[in-house]
Amino acid sequence: MKAAVVVFPGTNCEQDVVYALASLGVKAEMVWHRRTDLSEFTGVVLPGGFAHGDYLRTGAIARFSPIMSEVERLAGLGVPVLGICNGFQILCEAGLLPGVLTQNAGLRFICRPVHLQVTSTDSILTRAARVGQVLELPLNSYEGNYAADPVTFADMERDGRIVLQYSDPTGRVTEQANPNGSLENTAGITNRAGNVAGLMPHPERAIEDVLGSSDGRVLMESFAMSMRGAHA
Amino acid sequence: MKVTVYVRRRPDIADPQGTTVGRALRDLGFETVEKVRINRTIELDIGGTDPAVIEADVRTMCERLLANPVMEDFEVVVGE
Repeated sequence: MKAAVVVFPGTNCEQDVVYALASLGVKAEMVWHRRTDLSEFTGVVLPGGFAHGDYLRTGAIARFSPIMSEVERLAGLGVPVLGICNGFQILCEAGLLPGVLTQNAGLRFICRPVHLQVTSTDSILTRAARVGQVLELPLNSYEGNYAADPVTFADMERDGRIVLQYSDPTGRVTEQANPNGSLENTAGITNRAGNVAGLMPHPERAIEDVLGSSDGRVLMESFAMSMRGAHA
Repeated sequence: MKVTVYVRRRPDIADPQGTTVGRALRDLGFETVEKVRINRTIELDIGGTDPAVIEADVRTMCERLLANPVMEDFEVVVGE
């Protein structure tokens, strides 16, 4: 059981993801974006950063990196695939997750802790959590404003595919608690099969109290649990 | 041959940049400004002489990379 942590030119959160997974007993290895065979891995993480400089649109170039056809193949086989921040943007560009992430309403880069409410536990990101649980995680992005067309979004809501929503510290999902203008406070989503998930905040940076919060642990643990149950 | 691609955010997708610039223009006293949308222009030099072939190629480029159909529309203009 081993996770691939994909490194594009401009990725900058790969070490944190490897560290977080290792602290949960999951072996993780950084893999360069030119690699085309990931069959030895039972999980894939696309970490945060600015892959290919975020030129054109976030994730637009990364989506065509050689490794991405292999990531798509594994995703099709049911292997857990998690995108964090820029990784989430790449998964949306690749069509592995619906919708798009665009500039924050207010046009400010946001770098601060935010609160999230777990809305659904039916995903590789939230299966170890409970519905209604409130988490505090760091948000660190300029393009974190989630948008999707109304028909797609209604489908996602009906199927419980919005897994995390920005909330206040008591778990109320309000407009004031929405840091970046995301549709219905959406912070994390999953695909129809539940094996591909993405979120804008950084769970890997909140895994020990000394980091200010260990609330990210339950999300990373969800991913680890999913890897244990997955077949590559 | 010169080709220009206009990539525009779809009307139903918010444009925070356009909204902010619109507000700034009104603050500067241009009170007649009702709406601003900021879009992208991409200029390409493409080898070949058949405008139909070139346009078809560029449209494919737009669909695959230059525009994201989830939030953007595009227009291709072939020629100077």
